[in-house]
Amino acid sequence: MIVRIMGEGQLEVDGSHLDELNRLDEELTAAVDADDDPAFRRALAALLAAVRSYGNPLPDDALVDSDLVLPFTEAHITEVREMLAETAGEGLIPG
Amino acid sequence: MGILQRMSMIFRAKADKALDRAEDPRETLDYSYKKQLELLQKVRRGVADVATSRKRIEVQLTQLTQQSDRLQNQAQKALSMGREDLAREALTRKSGLLQQISDLQTQHAALQGEEEKLTLAAQRLQAKVEAFRTKKETIKATYTAAEAQTQIGEAFSGISEEMSDVGLAVQRAEDKTAQMQARAGAIDELLASGALDDPTGTSKDDITLELDRLASTNEVELELARMKGELTGGPGDAPQQIESGPAESAQPVAEQVGEPAAQPVAEPRREEGRP
Repeated sequence: MIVRIMGEGQLEVDGSHLDELNRLDEELTAAVDADDDPAFRRALAALLAAVRSYGNPLPDDALVDSDLVLPFTEAHITEVREMLAETAGEGLIPG
Repeated sequence: MGILQRMSMIFRAKADKALDRAEDPRETLDYSYKKQLELLQKVRRGVADVATSRKRIEVQLTQLTQQSDRLQNQAQKALSMGREDLAREALTRKSGLLQQISDLQTQHAALQGEEEKLTLAAQRLQAKVEAFRTKKETIKATYTAAEAQTQIGEAFSGISEEMSDVGLAVQRAEDKTAQMQARAGAIDELLASGALDDPTGTSKDDITLELDRLASTNEVELELARMKGELTGGPGDAPQQIESGPAESAQPVAEQVGEPAAQPVAEPRREEGRP
């Protein structure tokens, strides 16, 4: 499983950790739905810590898609909301 | 669906869209490669911009620290002259400066982190761009429509995700740098306006002026007291002076009658210093 931490690159994480990552992802999602930034920051910090501890960085010249993408370390809820809202249109993520 | 998956889909959708744009996939490869090189340039410029901002903050930190030391000295001087009010004013200003310094230090650390991240991002992108170029040439050489399509898709989506991510990282760095520059500009203005006095010491701030005024007032008072003593021929002063400062001390006294403020505290101090 390939995981990207935005702004930091990609890591390979063993599939056995998927359940834990999913659980943390649910917390993150709940925080976004509830518009609770402190909870969002906590959940993001936990996710980043988990991915960093389980993951091995991919070599720089690897050209592969990621299965999961984590927001950048300093991200706040509004920034992630904006990114998610971009699905339909042009904008935030430059082509 | 969780957020992490949705985020990865956003990146993928972007790549697919770019891939669909061209009719001949080989054109897509060349076009993308060109874009990759442009982005690489942009990231390197980003690194340089962040470094410039960081250096500017370093200069300001040095200046503010000098100011704060100077205010500390002023406070000590004022207190030794019995002007607690002036000492308090200097210390109040100093504490304002310390706040600024601590803010700047935080920003400096943030910029340093940003610089490191972008430098690494540039390295990663460079390695990926090179890998992409190799792949691109291979695909072009063995080109048969069906085969190429999947290979191109793979190579392309991998680099496209990186480009989106790096593009966003540069944007964030630029935003941060712009904010810092606005703040740095405000501090420069503050330094220039004399609200935080001039670190070169060429223009004097109000506390220094007040201390100077106090010093010269003190001198004048001391001079006057001594001259009065000489005029009244009081037995205390004049003989004592001849004892303590022999030939040389007589001369300055005569000069100082005409120009009291010009020769500073030197005379009384010299007396104190001698047994």
